Amino acid sequence: MRLFKFDQEIPFMSMRMPAMILSGLLVIGSIVSLAVNQLNWGLDFTGGTVIEVGYEGPADLSQIRNQMQQADFGDAVVQTFGSSSDVLIRLAPREGVKAATMGDQVMVALRSDGQQVDMRRIEFVGPQVGEELTEQGGLAMLVALICILMYVAMRFEWRFGVGAVAALAHDVILTLGLFSILQLEFDLTVLAALLAVIGYSLNDTIVVMDRIRENFRKLRKGGPEEVINWSLTQTFNRTVITSLTTILVLLALFFKGGALIHGFATALLMGVIIGTYSSIYVASSISLAMGISKEDLMPPEVEKEGADQDPLL
Amino acid sequence: MLNKYPLWKYIMVILVIAVCALYASPNLYGEDHAVQISAGRNAVVDLGLMDKVSEHLDEAGIAVKNVQMEDDQLLIRVTDGDDQLSARDSLAALLGSDYVVALNLAPAAPTWLQDIGGTPMKLGLDLRGGVHFLMEVDMNAAITRAQEQMVDDFRNSLREERLRYRRVEQQGDKVEVQFRDQETLEQAIRFLSTNNPDLEIEDIGEQTLAANLSEQRQREIQEYALKQNITIMRNRVNQLGVAEPVIQRQGADRIVVQLPGIQDTARAKEILNATATLQFRLVDLDHDVRDAVDGRVPPGSQLLMDRNGQPQLLQKQVMLTGDHIIDANSSFDEYGRPQVNIDLDSEGGSKMSRSTKDNIGKPMATVFIEYKPSGKTDENGKIIFDKHEEVINVATIQARLGNSFRITGIDSPAEAQNLSLLLRAGALVAPIQIVEERTVGPSLGQENIDLGMQAIVWGLILILVFMVAYYKKFGLVANAALVINLVMIVGVMSMIPGATLTLPGMAGIVLTVGMAVDANVLIFERIREEIRDGRSPQQAIHHGYDSALSTIADANITTLIAAVILFAVGTGPVKGFSITLAIGILTSMFTAIVGTRAIVNAVWGGKRLNKLSI
Repeated sequence: MRLFKFDQEIPFMSMRMPAMILSGLLVIGSIVSLAVNQLNWGLDFTGGTVIEVGYEGPADLSQIRNQMQQADFGDAVVQTFGSSSDVLIRLAPREGVKAATMGDQVMVALRSDGQQVDMRRIEFVGPQVGEELTEQGGLAMLVALICILMYVAMRFEWRFGVGAVAALAHDVILTLGLFSILQLEFDLTVLAALLAVIGYSLNDTIVVMDRIRENFRKLRKGGPEEVINWSLTQTFNRTVITSLTTILVLLALFFKGGALIHGFATALLMGVIIGTYSSIYVASSISLAMGISKEDLMPPEVEKEGADQDPLL
Repeated sequence: MLNKYPLWKYIMVILVIAVCALYASPNLYGEDHAVQISAGRNAVVDLGLMDKVSEHLDEAGIAVKNVQMEDDQLLIRVTDGDDQLSARDSLAALLGSDYVVALNLAPAAPTWLQDIGGTPMKLGLDLRGGVHFLMEVDMNAAITRAQEQMVDDFRNSLREERLRYRRVEQQGDKVEVQFRDQETLEQAIRFLSTNNPDLEIEDIGEQTLAANLSEQRQREIQEYALKQNITIMRNRVNQLGVAEPVIQRQGADRIVVQLPGIQDTARAKEILNATATLQFRLVDLDHDVRDAVDGRVPPGSQLLMDRNGQPQLLQKQVMLTGDHIIDANSSFDEYGRPQVNIDLDSEGGSKMSRSTKDNIGKPMATVFIEYKPSGKTDENGKIIFDKHEEVINVATIQARLGNSFRITGIDSPAEAQNLSLLLRAGALVAPIQIVEERTVGPSLGQENIDLGMQAIVWGLILILVFMVAYYKKFGLVANAALVINLVMIVGVMSMIPGATLTLPGMAGIVLTVGMAVDANVLIFERIREEIRDGRSPQQAIHHGYDSALSTIADANITTLIAAVILFAVGTGPVKGFSITLAIGILTSMFTAIVGTRAIVNAVWGGKRLNKLSI
């Protein structure tokens, strides 16, 4: 069985201008949305208290809101979580350590009318911890991108490195943008997912670049554009199949993994789809636009198999 | 001949997989509900105790699977959670406070497997329920305390050297000493500098010197405060009776405490959060209390209130601090009033004996010092702690006190018990504050495991079906590699002592399942290409594997870079995810490149083939 049969190269690169414009618009749109709507930061980042409780039957949300009001937690957000008998209560951070005992107070308030309430999860995060996490998360992302840029520049060519990192930044920004537009909650697991997107999308990009390098060395004729087209055509089957298998399991995670892991699965699903597109269009278009040529990728005089390292320049 | 592995390579592949499978196997056995008994300060765990415990449980009608002694602990396995709870309660009642009785889960794997170190994966709190605290140590308080100590030391040593000073006091982050004349100042500077190499001492004019702790010393103090607090936390957690608690340092000033199985957060917090210490000081008899109440507090003294609101004028100089207390327990005195019995270490004993020697007949006060969050924060957003000092008891020194003595005048037995617990566990060197708290109920933990397993199984089935449909027999090979890969991840996770499986970790495994086939897809697509280019099947296999190798390596190393950075920078869920991702990448590279090649070589290698099922 084969998904696609190609006897000729597909002219991917002839579409690169529309693709670049599309990507550019999407990136700008994402940045605008991030600036205007911002992200719907989860508890990990904002600090505060989240309490998940389980009722025996369907929960009466207005009753719970009343109870919270009476217990002086008027600012609480009360919503169902997963099923109608599971309720999630969010409270904004408050001054002092009182926040740490807030969970106990809320449980007392909820049980005040004699209802059987099962405490499933309480999380309290201080505002400073959240602030540090935001910094750390951003830092992790930046360090990852720099390390990857260095690795790719060393193993391949600096133009590829720039292309790869641009593609990664593209994926991260678009995924963040989608989270911002849809106002999905951005918590620590989503951050982990985003870093996994970097890993995944890079995986894809490297495979394509590897083939481009190989073809530059192997094909006698043809300009950079044809070589890239031909490489993309050759790797297209693999790109699609790998994305497909990854999406398959992510769907399993999305539907079967439970509410806690939902954000994670959503971020990865978006990221994988965007990453697949970007490894085809963004990375190679940018390398091409920066003038990658046959000479840049010719092997050094003596080449040992497996240990080939291109000179830096 | 093409596509034949030498025998040693086959053996190596089989060996690696066998070892991983062996260490993965304890996970299949699950865990027994158990009760763990460890000895307190005045008790030992021995065979006698073992008999006593078995007999008692027999009488109570609780079915016991087995009783085991390991590393000074007694482990009693029972059949279910209900038995576990009743066994714990009845044993705690039997053994009293000399032993710590805790709920535990013991691996149910056969002993030979446990003997070679085969244990199941450690589960994170999100999967088994429990409390997680992140605590911040107030480093400023540690420094302030050191400075207070400095004031005392200066007074004593200057007096001994007969260098007469006007005043010694704390000014901002420095200690200032003023002298009568320039000459004494210079002598004092010389004397103090030689005796205190880690102080920065300077002349700030007006016959005054200012001393500051050197930066190095400040760092040492902070480091010490953190380490000491971790030790104390560990003691306190042991008092709570929690099996397998995690107490770890995080960053420069934080401590992570994880208590699996604990649901009663209020009590846990009370014990962990309390910062209390005792000081023993002499009552200042040379001055009038009433003058002090009116605002004329003499420089060497301090006005404190006792529990009944009565003012007490105490000398600032401390006879002894709570640091020297090695044991404390509560009991009743001859009149049935609660009291706390205190044992001191030898240094504390001799200090106490020295300072009480000359003061027989004089009143001594016991001061209870507690740091409580004030509810206010400073400009950095850190919580400001208020120091609460309270005289809990004033007693006349009847005789020279030694290594052990008692404190009376405590209101209730419960308070005496709480105080003795705090003193026994040690006083925190610097106050701490809970900055993060997470509690996961046990039912939610189990639900998380079930959902995660479902996701893994569904993902696996989808991929297995797809791969066979798409690559036929070679798809079967990839599937074998995928299943082996899962077993290897579980095996490696079980082998690494620090690795903990969390919910995001399970998500990481699911993701690896999806991405692990990538290497095989790359290889198989190559083989197909080679066949299309007109190579013979054997050559196609050979070239397919060879040319895909560097691509796979490059692609995976970059993902590995991301995983390692995640691990280094991340905390909590991010870390759990990065561990499984990194392990998954490594094992999938092994199974996809070496593992599938071994199978392919064994099945197709060395034969004349006309067609490949790919």
